Amino acid sequence: MTPQEIAKNLSQSFPDTNFVEGAKLPVTNVTSGEPSIVVPAGKLKEILKVLKTDTRFSFDCLSSLTAVDRKESFEIVYHLFSYKQKHSVTIKVSLPRDENAHVETVEDLWATANWLEREVYDLFGIKFDGHSDLRRIMLPDDWVGHPLRKDYNEAEDYHGISTTRPSLIQ
Amino acid sequence: MLTLKNQLPGNVVTTQVDKLLNWGRASSLWYMLFGLACCGIELMQTGGPRADLDRFGSVPRASPRQSDLMIVAGTLTYKMALRTKVLYDQMPEPKYVISMGSCANCGGLFQPAYSVVKGVDKIIPVDVYVPGCPPRPEALTEALLKIQEKMMREKFLVKAESRQVA
Repeated sequence: MTPQEIAKNLSQSFPDTNFVEGAKLPVTNVTSGEPSIVVPAGKLKEILKVLKTDTRFSFDCLSSLTAVDRKESFEIVYHLFSYKQKHSVTIKVSLPRDENAHVETVEDLWATANWLEREVYDLFGIKFDGHSDLRRIMLPDDWVGHPLRKDYNEAEDYHGISTTRPSLIQ
Repeated sequence: MLTLKNQLPGNVVTTQVDKLLNWGRASSLWYMLFGLACCGIELMQTGGPRADLDRFGSVPRASPRQSDLMIVAGTLTYKMALRTKVLYDQMPEPKYVISMGSCANCGGLFQPAYSVVKGVDKIIPVDVYVPGCPPRPEALTEALLKIQEKMMREKFLVKAESRQVA
């Protein structure tokens, strides 16, 4: 199925999902990028479960799970792929942008989400409710802040190592 | 007592003890296996048959306890920096450090990144900096020769406090 068909089938049971063509490029007005389905945060888990278990979709693989800081909101992006149906889809969910931004874990649907969600937590500070082991995965455990947030400020030093180096060119 | 008027038999060499010791040290400069990023690949090439660091008596060791030289080959992150310091502290004196490549010198391409140390000299003293991204095996070989030159100038039969590099 194409993403359009998936969105159409999905909207029969979930009318509040929204199909979005890729972004329009400036000047040329060409539509570019991956088409996606925007879903409400409250129904995210339910929808993902249907996408995994319904035999029309059978998305058995979570290819990637990442996040975007849109400044006014956080966006979590799920890339799903089906080995059975040989089709893929992008699911997006928007969260209010604050310290306690959180969303339900999908670890029980795709085990690979464990590490992917830890990565998103590490770099964006978005919490995943029900995650079995939510701690930093790449940065050191004692790191302060979440560096991929747009408002992140680099610390002056880390364990006494200064984080700046004067330029040789004046 | 011998008078030095070409009266020695042909298989006798005279030298200074310092020079003999330094010659021995410089000719068995064992470096620690310590590749951090893509420079690590070039480090392996330098140890390989074409560049062949072994002809200068330099071989890789898998333990800091047996190493004389640390070649910091690659991008150093803050997470790794703490371990690098521990590894350096585990090496027995006298020890030397080569900072290999732009990343180890100053952070290089990744200097604006939040996770990269802006130069390995922020945490350990560096003897030779090798520019390049990554440096060719010839450049690293030259750095090794520079370390050997430095070793040959050192005096070890004096007390540590008054020891100087000539």
